[in-house]
Amino acid sequence: MKKECIGMLLAGGEGKRLGLLTKNVAKPAVHFGGKYRIIDFTLSNCTNSGIHTVGVLTQYAPLVLNKHIGIGKPWDLDRQQDGVSILSPYTAQEGVSWYKGTADAIYKNIHYIEQYDPEHILVISGDHIYQMNYKILLDHHIKTEADATISVMEVPIDEASRFGILNTSDDLRIYEFEEKPQNPKSNLASMGIYIFNWKKLKSYLLQDAELPDSSHDFGKDIIPAMLADSHRLFAYRFDGYWKDVGTIQSYWEANMDLLDEDLSLSLNNKNWRTYSHDSNYSPQFIDKDANVNRSLINSGCWISGTVEHSILFENVTVRHDSFVRESILHPHVKVGNHVILEKVIVVEGTEIPDHTVIRSEANQEPLIVSKENLGSLLTI
Amino acid sequence: MDSLMGVINLDHEYDFLNELTYFRCGAAVPFAGRYRLIDFTLSNMVKSNIQEVAIFTRNKYRSLMDHLGTGASWELDRRHGGLFVLPPDWNDPTDISKGDLRHFHNNRDFFNRGKADYVLISGSQFISNNEYQEAFQQHLEIEADITLITTEIDSLQKEHESCLRVEANADGQVTDITNDKHNHHVFTGIYILSKELLLNLVDECIAHHHGHFFFHGIKENVNRLKVQCFEHKGYTAFVNSVESYYRHNMNLLYEENCKALFNQDHRIRTKVSNEPPTKFREQTMVTQSLLANGCVIDGNVEHSVLFRGVHVQKGATIKNSVIMQRCTIESGAYLENVILDKDVHITAGQTFIGAKEMPYVIAKRKTI
Repeated sequence: MKKECIGMLLAGGEGKRLGLLTKNVAKPAVHFGGKYRIIDFTLSNCTNSGIHTVGVLTQYAPLVLNKHIGIGKPWDLDRQQDGVSILSPYTAQEGVSWYKGTADAIYKNIHYIEQYDPEHILVISGDHIYQMNYKILLDHHIKTEADATISVMEVPIDEASRFGILNTSDDLRIYEFEEKPQNPKSNLASMGIYIFNWKKLKSYLLQDAELPDSSHDFGKDIIPAMLADSHRLFAYRFDGYWKDVGTIQSYWEANMDLLDEDLSLSLNNKNWRTYSHDSNYSPQFIDKDANVNRSLINSGCWISGTVEHSILFENVTVRHDSFVRESILHPHVKVGNHVILEKVIVVEGTEIPDHTVIRSEANQEPLIVSKENLGSLLTI
Repeated sequence: MDSLMGVINLDHEYDFLNELTYFRCGAAVPFAGRYRLIDFTLSNMVKSNIQEVAIFTRNKYRSLMDHLGTGASWELDRRHGGLFVLPPDWNDPTDISKGDLRHFHNNRDFFNRGKADYVLISGSQFISNNEYQEAFQQHLEIEADITLITTEIDSLQKEHESCLRVEANADGQVTDITNDKHNHHVFTGIYILSKELLLNLVDECIAHHHGHFFFHGIKENVNRLKVQCFEHKGYTAFVNSVESYYRHNMNLLYEENCKALFNQDHRIRTKVSNEPPTKFREQTMVTQSLLANGCVIDGNVEHSVLFRGVHVQKGATIKNSVIMQRCTIESGAYLENVILDKDVHITAGQTFIGAKEMPYVIAKRKTI
């Protein structure tokens, strides 16, 4: 079946810097925003952009992620001919090997892609929070007759050395890619969202696979190789909200951003819905003495205490005279009576006993509270 | 193993919620923040391992069909069996059946093709978080012809007036089914019988030109058949009038009631609509309320039930009210003792106050 463009979603990352949050799940499967998992944003972007063929490349701790994606039903990607496919590393006649890099993961699934004989291929990763219409990106890619289009956003020039920076001419044609440059020449940072002409990309993937010293990475190997051969690579400027939730601090910030009134990314946008699973919990119960401000609360929650500037996932209980502030409580967390939680992230199913006080230092990254480390955090 | 199939017979549930049932059948009326009345019976059936469910519906079933879809939300989208919504499209020229017997007669295929040998029949007005297997096991053990599921009501309310009462001996064998207003032993409208007996009674009723299966097939045969009762214990509600609809929504604002209905081993299932978590803005006052997802709260909500996607703007106040899906309450508006049907838009500064006993109902899609 011929397709104009199919999506390849990189979701194998471990997300080491997220610590306890990725102990048992891959980074794309980490809970986010009161109801979602991080990958829901990119999967929803795909379905909202009319990309109905999506290969999801998984590797690290895939159980929860695979179960979450399932046959793609929440995103309307449960389709007869195409839809979502989970592409895990596999054994073959040539032997066994893991995905050794982003480019290698695509290379090992060339046979999946070729089934659809696509003109273009969208390569995205499942660990970013943003809402983007890939159709507009694709139209831009076709209009500029590019071999590759890389979505970029402007970052403050003094922070540019933390990103992969694209140096472009006035018409946004890319002449140089610099990974974390010390003296950045531009403030256009790559967002890790690419559209390639499939035939071109395939030839580079085949070449790259033969190089023993390559790290098989799009940013480090494929893009520089294409630039070296003077191919037409263009930048596409995106000015919406985009966040890489790579660290605990940025994970917490991105969650708190959702409480911001003026955020351009909206979960309530009826024209650009973010889809996920719903476990059919009863509506949230807000008790007589409860006080809830500036928060996102999911169904199944029972709130009798005070919740301020926080995000509560499904089936969370906050008992009487407890105080939760600037915190993220994952599903099934139970907070007892007279508890104080400030700027903490409590992982799924943790029970916080009565009279517990856990606070993160104001300028430190938030503490992660789980069953395992709860004992060491208790100060009564 | 013996198993059950389910019938939800909506034939006798007409227009009992005034404005709320002008354009939909009672079974499809939204209840308790995110549900429709039928969700309770349907979820209980699924919980009881019933895999074949027929819905007998006579009219105003568009929103019901939209809600039920393929039955996937209840895991009833099955290759064999599953959910059958059966509207009244009957074209048999030799059909002489009347009343709800027409449903039974014209849908014999559902019973004949079904794998189960026993049938559980229910309406949609009885609200509980229930499981029917225990009643079914009792039915099999004592080889009853009919098992009526009943409940003991401590303080009888207006809503029970239209419910049948059951008189039984010490062994739980039913001796009479009456309208005795002082009897606290109330019939829930749910009963179990074998498929074979059901079809025989249907034939008998039709032969005698009867038009009400339960009255003529069962109630009048109480002395001829072995009719047993099984008492349901736990939270119950009969929603059969605007008054009881409102009161039972309000009752769920007490933690013990809400937990009794929802915090059981099994969740009440409903159609999922993918709304984001509810957003509370700065300086809101929300107390003793039930809120579904997708709401954006910027005002004051006290002792109320809010369905999905309700927007309460700054300075608006909602008190003792039921606000259905996607209503918008603009700033400064004041609502007390009201029921807003779906998509109602209350403009800035408006005030509506109903009586506690007779809440003010505003019909669907009105802008006021």
